[in-house]
Amino acid sequence: MSEVTYKEAIRRAMEDALAEDDRVFMIGEDIAAAGGAFKATEGLWERFGGERVLDTPISEQAIVGASIGAALKGRRPVAELMFADFAGVCFDQIANQLAKYRYMTGGQVTLPVTIRLANGAGAGFASQHSQTVENWFLNCPGLKIVVPGSVADAYALFRAAVRDEDPVLFFEHKGMYNAKGSLTDDAPPVEIGRAAVIRSGEHVTVVATQLMRQRAERAAQALAAEGVEVELVDPRTVLPIDFETIGASVDRTAHLVVVQESPLAGSWGATVAARVVADRFESLDAPPLLISAPDTPVPYAGGLEEAWLPSEQRIADEIRGLLAG
Amino acid sequence: MRLDTTSSSAVVEGDPTDDELLGMLRRMIEIRGFEDEIQRAFTKNLVRGSTHLCNGQEACAVGACSALRPGDSMVCTYRGHGAVLAMGASLERTFAEILGRETGLCRGKGGSMHLTDVEVGAYGSFAIVGAHLPIATGLALAARLDRTEAVSLCFFGDGSTNIGAVHEALNLAGIWRLPVVFFCENNLYGEYSPLPSTTPVEQLADRAAGYGMPGVRVDGNDVVAVRRVVAEAVARARAGEGPTFVEGLTYRHRGHSRTDPAKYRPAGELERWLEHDPIPRLEALLAERGVAAAAIAQARADAESAVAEGYAAALAASAPAVELIHEDVYA
Ligand SMILES: Cc1ncc(C[n+]2csc(CCOP(=O)(O)OP(=O)(O)O)c2C)c(N)n1
Ligand SMILES: [Mg+2]
Repeated sequence: MSEVTYKEAIRRAMEDALAEDDRVFMIGEDIAAAGGAFKATEGLWERFGGERVLDTPISEQAIVGASIGAALKGRRPVAELMFADFAGVCFDQIANQLAKYRYMTGGQVTLPVTIRLANGAGAGFASQHSQTVENWFLNCPGLKIVVPGSVADAYALFRAAVRDEDPVLFFEHKGMYNAKGSLTDDAPPVEIGRAAVIRSGEHVTVVATQLMRQRAERAAQALAAEGVEVELVDPRTVLPIDFETIGASVDRTAHLVVVQESPLAGSWGATVAARVVADRFESLDAPPLLISAPDTPVPYAGGLEEAWLPSEQRIADEIRGLLAG
Repeated sequence: MRLDTTSSSAVVEGDPTDDELLGMLRRMIEIRGFEDEIQRAFTKNLVRGSTHLCNGQEACAVGACSALRPGDSMVCTYRGHGAVLAMGASLERTFAEILGRETGLCRGKGGSMHLTDVEVGAYGSFAIVGAHLPIATGLALAARLDRTEAVSLCFFGDGSTNIGAVHEALNLAGIWRLPVVFFCENNLYGEYSPLPSTTPVEQLADRAAGYGMPGVRVDGNDVVAVRRVVAEAVARARAGEGPTFVEGLTYRHRGHSRTDPAKYRPAGELERWLEHDPIPRLEALLAERGVAAAAIAQARADAESAVAEGYAAALAASAPAVELIHEDVYA
């Protein structure tokens, strides 16, 4: 077992995936000698060479399209899109081509493509480099979407993504790259589509991913001191989402809170709330509480961005309000 | 493709006067000083996110923008501090934007990568590579529809020429013969990748042929040469003769962004380019033309004090009120 950063866990997962299977290759901008814009691919090109770690021009459509083409012939591409926001440039390749190819062809093709994207706000990168982009793709059946929120999950979900026979969007939170956690050599695999209960509690179910999971965890500690026991659930995959685990928790706590880093409209959190209300209305003692960012783009200035992101304080206060309600 | 090789020591018709050149020198020194100040502020954590400085590329910004007139428009990239200042944006408000102040050009909402001052014709700085070439084409389309003779100037990098949006924009401008000047600042690198590793043609101006427009390559560190080539392209555009692709050969003195030490550069390359630094080159040209040393020194002193004053005023301004988050989402 070792203490490593979230970024190192992803780097190791890539290295192990490349070593395990010759069909795996990486493709993206400045991922080879430069080691990636976030330095997550450092050392991979040196070890595996230019046919396994491919630098491309600034051409996101070609990166994803070429990954699809290579996957048609049995390769297992791992495409890096750098800032997740750049998925906008190749939206068609992901949403119309990658997601639907198998379905439209009656199952003739299999597309084990993994796409890595760096998500998230908090560092002053302004509106076009700070979004939580997973929400753009929730409406695209055919894709799987994972959002690892811990070091162990980052490693395990990446390995699962590359082994998966279907396309997986793998969102890394760039605000967590330096967060530390433990990684065991014989960690059990994590199944895509399975939530994890991070903390058990009887009073309220809180569902959160990535940066918001970290903040919700700290809010839960503060609330525990006041006698409020939070059950914290990390869905880890937002397409398909593990409604069973979330629902079972709500059956016990009778309260649902979703915390997310994005605007509410069209988000995975809104989907969770809708499903819980539709499927187990009787389990709820109160309406679900949705803690989200405002329905605005991410602002640049420090004070604005800080206020935009749900804080630990705000999460704790709103949960107090819900339970007092 | 044409290579512009006219020497700037011989005066050509339409060239800037000595006084105008002194103004351009001052602007270039302001931009250099601005970028140096931003770098210092970044290392002091006063600037958030990222910065992409244009030290070394000032002649492209100032030379090209000097060929425009009021009513024309300009769009550029995240490496656009210089271009926005060259259009005449206030030093103080540009500093204030990057420092995240309420007095900033964009009220502190955009930061370094999105500097915009519509009042001076700077319609935006774009951080998704290539996204603004279609927009520049649309600005030119509006000029055509409005019959204004206005011209749209668009800066972009060498690496950008490989993204799909660029192809669509050049083709549309080419087929509709729109009044756009596409100014490619070829600084030899896109992020950490040298141009030959991403781009199968050596002269980017060659790409223009595929869009039925002239492609001209110019020494991007010679402000007079840049001005001449862009002035000619602007004249063509105003006359309804369509777009031009200009490739300005230049070099960024600093790394790609933030604290990038630019280790991927071969030894000696930066030093060779520093010998062609556009600012001393313009000073030498002015001296050659017989402009008094005192006037040149005065331009420098004026630029330096303007930068210092702008920075101090921006620093003193307050942060935007939190309520601003909710403004400007819709009209
Ligand atoms: C669509 C998209 N892909 C990738 C990036 C990341 N990126 C930012 S700048 C840059 C290099 C651009 O190079 P070039 O066009 O030569 O401009 P320069 O930075 O040299 O001025 C890259 C790849 C981006 N901002 N947008
Ligand atoms: Mg470049």
